[in-house]
Amino acid sequence: MTVKPLNDERVEALIANLLRAGVVIAALVVIGGAVPYLAAHPRAHVTYRTFQGEPDELKAVHQIIPNAFSGDPRGIMQLGLLLLIATPIARVVFSAGAFAVEGDRMYVGFTLIVLAVLLYSLFGSFLIA
Amino acid sequence: MNVLEFTFLVWAGSLVAGFLGALTGLGGGVVLVPLLTIFFHVDLRYAIGASLVSVIATSSGSAAAYVKEGFSNIRIGMFLEIATTIGALLGAYLTVKVPASAIAIIFGIVLLYSAYVSRRTRPRTSVEQPPDPLATKLKMNGSFPDTSGVRQYNVYNVPSGFGVMFIAGTLSGLLGIGSGALKVVAMDQAMKIPFKVSTTTSNFMIGVTAAASAGVYLSRGYIDPSLAMPVMIGVLMGSLLGTRVLVKTQTKLLRQVFSGVIVLLGLEMMFKGLTGGL
Repeated sequence: MTVKPLNDERVEALIANLLRAGVVIAALVVIGGAVPYLAAHPRAHVTYRTFQGEPDELKAVHQIIPNAFSGDPRGIMQLGLLLLIATPIARVVFSAGAFAVEGDRMYVGFTLIVLAVLLYSLFGSFLIA
Repeated sequence: MNVLEFTFLVWAGSLVAGFLGALTGLGGGVVLVPLLTIFFHVDLRYAIGASLVSVIATSSGSAAAYVKEGFSNIRIGMFLEIATTIGALLGAYLTVKVPASAIAIIFGIVLLYSAYVSRRTRPRTSVEQPPDPLATKLKMNGSFPDTSGVRQYNVYNVPSGFGVMFIAGTLSGLLGIGSGALKVVAMDQAMKIPFKVSTTTSNFMIGVTAAASAGVYLSRGYIDPSLAMPVMIGVLMGSLLGTRVLVKTQTKLLRQVFSGVIVLLGLEMMFKGLTGGL
């Protein structure tokens, strides 16, 4: 088995495919929730004039996932949006791995700083809500 | 409006925004919040949440097309993302503290600025300077394919570029936009990075920057799935369509028209902010 050298161009091409796959999967999940959502109450009145905030099951990561699997159409759409938000995070994880393989410790460090900020936003930001 | 009508109209509006944004290179995100707040009477916080989600979708969705050209510089992008993500986190927290009227006024200023940047021609004095020691240490100098083979370039003024990126990130998190215009200014003007490399690297960074504020938005309840769904699908389809026809059309007139629309939306946002109409 021959392994191609992991040069920057190859890394970028892999990252691009990762991003595209993430967006496609996220969009399909969103559409998968949109169909039952639109079919359920197509004629219901809708307004977003006043901000009410989302219920807990559509806010926290650990609640969005079980809520989506329970079959709630809005929950499924929110899971799709969560997957979309996770796509760039996966890209950063992948970059950290690629820099590590290249032996570039400085950029592994930079990438981990970015990753820490992203993970804090997704999992830790409700701590100071 | 009922659910079906609302979803369809928001989808159609987002499709046009995404299409024009990609075609003109100005980005669709910048017109989405005014579109949702002014025409669909959506609360500013829901509009910002939905817009930010669509920004991630277009950035990630179009990355494949950009990467093929071989212009983007991963190291520059990753280093500057430290500034943009920390800024985005700050911006997302500020949306809670800053009153809606002030956000609307800031939004208007950013819209006017984007239109101004897009109209300005770029006089570039490409005087050969010795490589910048900091940029060299950070391994930022790179190369890209040119008509005459491979062209090398050097990067300068890393600290000021980093600073502008922090501001770009804060605005992204505060307003739910990609702030691509400001990111390009930081790289192209301040850091003297070739324009093509700046735009493609900026597109790469937009998704990661937006993800940094999306987590905060999500936990604050700003992201409503029923509203974000048609926005995300519409912008994504529009921008993919836009990048496809991009090569075939003469975009100069369209660019001028679209930046005119952005100016009008910017003035309207400022007016609404000043009169408390949002």
